[in-house]
Amino acid sequence: MNASAKSGIRRGVSLYSYQEEYFLRKLTLEQCVAEAAKIGAPGIESIGEQMMPGFPNLPDSFYEQWRGWMAQYGTVASCHDAMLDTKKYKHRLLTDDECMVEFERDLRHAAKLGCKVIRVLCMVSPEIMVKAVPIAEKYDVKMGIEVHAPYYFDHPWIMRHLEAAARLGTKHYGLVPDMGIFTRRLPRIARDRMERMGATPRILDYVCEAYESGQLSEYVIFEARKMGGNALDVSWAEQCRHSVNTNPKRLTEFMPYIFHIHAKFYEMLDDGTEYSIPYDKIIPALKAGNYQGFLSSEYEGNRHIQDALPVDSVEQVRRQHAMFERLLAA
Amino acid sequence: MFDRYMICEETARNLTDGGKVTGFQFGARIAYYRGLGLSMVENLVVAVDGQPVPPEQIRFSVSNRTFTLAQMETEYAARWEFGAVATVTVLHPGGLTPGEHKLEFVEDLRISYMPFPLRGRDAKVVRIG
Repeated sequence: MNASAKSGIRRGVSLYSYQEEYFLRKLTLEQCVAEAAKIGAPGIESIGEQMMPGFPNLPDSFYEQWRGWMAQYGTVASCHDAMLDTKKYKHRLLTDDECMVEFERDLRHAAKLGCKVIRVLCMVSPEIMVKAVPIAEKYDVKMGIEVHAPYYFDHPWIMRHLEAAARLGTKHYGLVPDMGIFTRRLPRIARDRMERMGATPRILDYVCEAYESGQLSEYVIFEARKMGGNALDVSWAEQCRHSVNTNPKRLTEFMPYIFHIHAKFYEMLDDGTEYSIPYDKIIPALKAGNYQGFLSSEYEGNRHIQDALPVDSVEQVRRQHAMFERLLAA
Repeated sequence: MFDRYMICEETARNLTDGGKVTGFQFGARIAYYRGLGLSMVENLVVAVDGQPVPPEQIRFSVSNRTFTLAQMETEYAARWEFGAVATVTVLHPGGLTPGEHKLEFVEDLRISYMPFPLRGRDAKVVRIG
């Protein structure tokens, strides 16, 4: 038995990670599953609208094929990422009843894939989630609100979700934290892209240092303007508003509500560490809380390098899993 | 995201109907990490050699169906799938003159969790044979 099995933490990949290769038709859905299996990451997370053309109207034959792949590659469906397009109509939002139709659709799809969890976007309100709980219970699929920057565990919106879940006492309403909430350094690949687009290196560097040192976003944005920053410089400074650097120890405290983890990353370095996100702090916090679930890779570096550099998502994910293996065994 | 892949430049060509050149077309991909129903494609803008094309001359084809921009607004079944190459046609008698042209393409996508439309923008030099 390996260390990760002992700790109850299992490795997985959100196929979101391979979006560049899928988009350019270099990998098929099946090949994405095979890549995850190859690096010993059996948990397969998927976005129906990304790699399952025809979603939500998929024929039974698709689900049979999917289950066949899971058996063939020794993988399991871990999580379906629900989108809830509340702005489907140009001049009005979906009504609550229409939202429930979408929840039913996504929970049924997840159950057919074999997922035990769906990821719900953080903008969905506690009131809507409470209404959806009976549907989640019916399919026995848990709904986790994504705790994604600029939200973080203690944010009032997330606290309202937790209060609503606690009030119901249900096991089907909780959280899917995205590890981007532990961004201690802004991704340097994003900084470099801003420079290629015409931002000022001196101001980009100032913003990176100011973020890392924990300065308040409003001051950093003001300072970037004062330094004579152009529109790109100011938008980089505004990144401080969209990024958060919270303490990974919070994971331990919120553990009873954590169903699944988005292991967001931007850049795996040659030394086997991630540039922005401290997995050497995150994994011990998960172990301390006795996390039982998947650590699901979410590679998001492609968008920052594709204008200038070759994208190799498969290699980036492989490196992240080598790091996970090392940290899980420690 | 995916902006640089929006225009499939090798697909640009004049469109011929009954021996007459009636316009030009090119393959286009969505600048987002998933597919969308067409009602959520807020707007498409095409410009050639710096000149914007009137919106009523634009047609969008996917899965063997063709839509005007106005029709896309209320299309809830057809989808522009992730990575799929749709065809954007510009109705313009005579099409483009042979040789190189600068093609610009903008997509505004209505993403439910974002307060503003997501804008994708690409510009490529295309060659008309």
